[in-house]
Amino acid sequence: MFNEHIFDYLRTDKLPHIWCPGCAHGIIVGSLVRSIEKLKIDKNKIAVLSGIGCSGRTPGYLDMNTLHTTHGRSLTFATGIKMAKPELTVIDVMGDGDAVAIGGNHFIHACRRNIDIKAIIFNNNIYGMTGGQYSPTTPTNYYASTAPYGNVETPFDIVKLAKGAGASFVARADAFHIGLLDNVIQKALSHKGFSVVEVMATCPTQFGRRNKMKEPYQMLDFVAERAISLKKWQEMSEEERKGKFPIGIFVDEQREEYVETYEKNVIERAKKGDR
Amino acid sequence: MPNIELMSGNDAVVRAAIMSGCKFYGGYPITPSSEIAEGMAKELPKVGGKFIQMEDEIGGIGAAIGASLTGVKSMTATSGPGFSLKQEHIGFAVMGEIPIVIVNVMRGGPSTGMPTYPSQGDVMQARWGTHGDHQIIALTPCSVQETFKLTFEAFNLSEMYRTPVILLTDEIIAHMREKVIIDDAKNYKIIDRVKPSVRREQYKPFDSKHGLVPPLAPYGEGYRFHITGLTHDETGFPSSDHNTVEKLQKRLRDKILKNRKNFDWYEERMVDDAEIIIVAYGSVARSAMRAIKDARRENIKAGLFRPITLWPFNHERIKKLSKRCKKFLVTEMNLGQIVGEVEKGACGVKTKVNFLGRANGEFITPTEILSKIREVMNV
Ligand code: SF4
Repeated sequence: MFNEHIFDYLRTDKLPHIWCPGCAHGIIVGSLVRSIEKLKIDKNKIAVLSGIGCSGRTPGYLDMNTLHTTHGRSLTFATGIKMAKPELTVIDVMGDGDAVAIGGNHFIHACRRNIDIKAIIFNNNIYGMTGGQYSPTTPTNYYASTAPYGNVETPFDIVKLAKGAGASFVARADAFHIGLLDNVIQKALSHKGFSVVEVMATCPTQFGRRNKMKEPYQMLDFVAERAISLKKWQEMSEEERKGKFPIGIFVDEQREEYVETYEKNVIERAKKGDR
Repeated sequence: MPNIELMSGNDAVVRAAIMSGCKFYGGYPITPSSEIAEGMAKELPKVGGKFIQMEDEIGGIGAAIGASLTGVKSMTATSGPGFSLKQEHIGFAVMGEIPIVIVNVMRGGPSTGMPTYPSQGDVMQARWGTHGDHQIIALTPCSVQETFKLTFEAFNLSEMYRTPVILLTDEIIAHMREKVIIDDAKNYKIIDRVKPSVRREQYKPFDSKHGLVPPLAPYGEGYRFHITGLTHDETGFPSSDHNTVEKLQKRLRDKILKNRKNFDWYEERMVDDAEIIIVAYGSVARSAMRAIKDARRENIKAGLFRPITLWPFNHERIKKLSKRCKKFLVTEMNLGQIVGEVEKGACGVKTKVNFLGRANGEFITPTEILSKIREVMNV
């Protein structure tokens, strides 16, 4: 059922958004806003950041404390905001290029620190805004403007990367299975610690057109058909898994959060002169 | 009661930063500035502030800018290669008008260069390192005492003008230990950024109605505004409308240049009757001070002009001095950077601009300056 309260969280005067017709970014933002509304988080106490690219325009549409930073570096700004004002809920929206190409180093270190930032990665497997160049998540053999003979690189598995780097909440959802998407975003928002939600998105304009999926529904099908629930995934053979990816929650652990630990172990000790 | 303490330039930065009310430091280890990070790691938590060593230099300044947006005074420090890496975010702070202090302890370059040797090779990078047209404030101390003082000023200027301020020291000043007079905290002027006085719904983070420097609200207090590195209108939202962008660019320029008289600091010694004026800054100015005294003993009328505010450069002052003296001698630890600015200032007058500089890691001594003075003055 449509919930008109979500408008309270949007800068409706900034709409319509700039995304192409059929782009899945709006679906993800919709889910994010619904989740915030559901959890009744005070919008004055939310900071939303982004890097550069199509996903980077997200904060502009949200009626919160918003920061459109530099390419790939949004997590560094988010780290400063969270440390200096821990009472804020800090949400960082990134594209695949932001998160695991130019910002890959910041990403793994934020995971390792387990700082309470919610990283929502819009993974459309391409650099959309700059014209369809291949990204670190473009599947092998798919086409991009800088891979005119097909991509020869091996893509990153963002979930495995986040897990390996130590994030305490890691989930993957997609722009088609909305129930799961809402669910994992809500869980990430409620989790204390570095939370990663990789959302398999679409880019009909730059990825689809180059890969025989120029209609938005074809791209959504492409995502939906490959997305396999974690439970089913576990029962599948290596052969069956080829070209597909699991969706669900991969890590959900309670671990000491960075800023709290700093306050407890550093500030308290420093004030007591305990060194 | 003022205290007298022995400390290094890097220690002085830490001490003054804490006294200025700095509450956040984001950085990355690099020689010869690491002692600033170490000092801040120790001192900040004592006053409830926070320190983080980020995964790289870009992250260090990014975190500091983020923290500043919540309303706290923030800083980072670096040297040479690290300063290069920070440039994109310096531009972001210029565009977003976010107060932050960046200390760059200059070392030999280019590239990894000579990490433990002094240099003044980053002077032009401080001015033009980030892309795009912009103004920047850079201050350069010539002693530990002055490092202490200018750290306060750097925080004050960044807060007053909502802008990144660069404190440009060098390896000599940073590592040299000198006596520093430290007064009671209450005797230092400490300026905090102006917060908005309008109702939250009416707040525009880049509103030019209130003068050249719009008030900055902290994140999390109900103002809910937007900041982007894109050109933007007064509300902070992206705009590429030429008139809007023109207005923004002009205000960003004017807020620094039209306020320059408030921080146009320099020192002059014996310039009134000088026939030759040495232009030197930072540690090299110490040699120059000695050299002009020695020159006077030989009856050469030498004086010193020492810019303290290096950027924006004071071309007008050079112009005035150029009408008085016969010659300038610019001396700096590089192959010629500020000398170009002096030439600009002296343009159109007959006063000749001479140069003594090098970039091999060797300090420029008083004796060398004196012999150059003799050479230039034909004695
Ligand atoms: S280019 Fe692709 S990602 Fe960007 S708005 Fe268009 S469809 Fe969406």
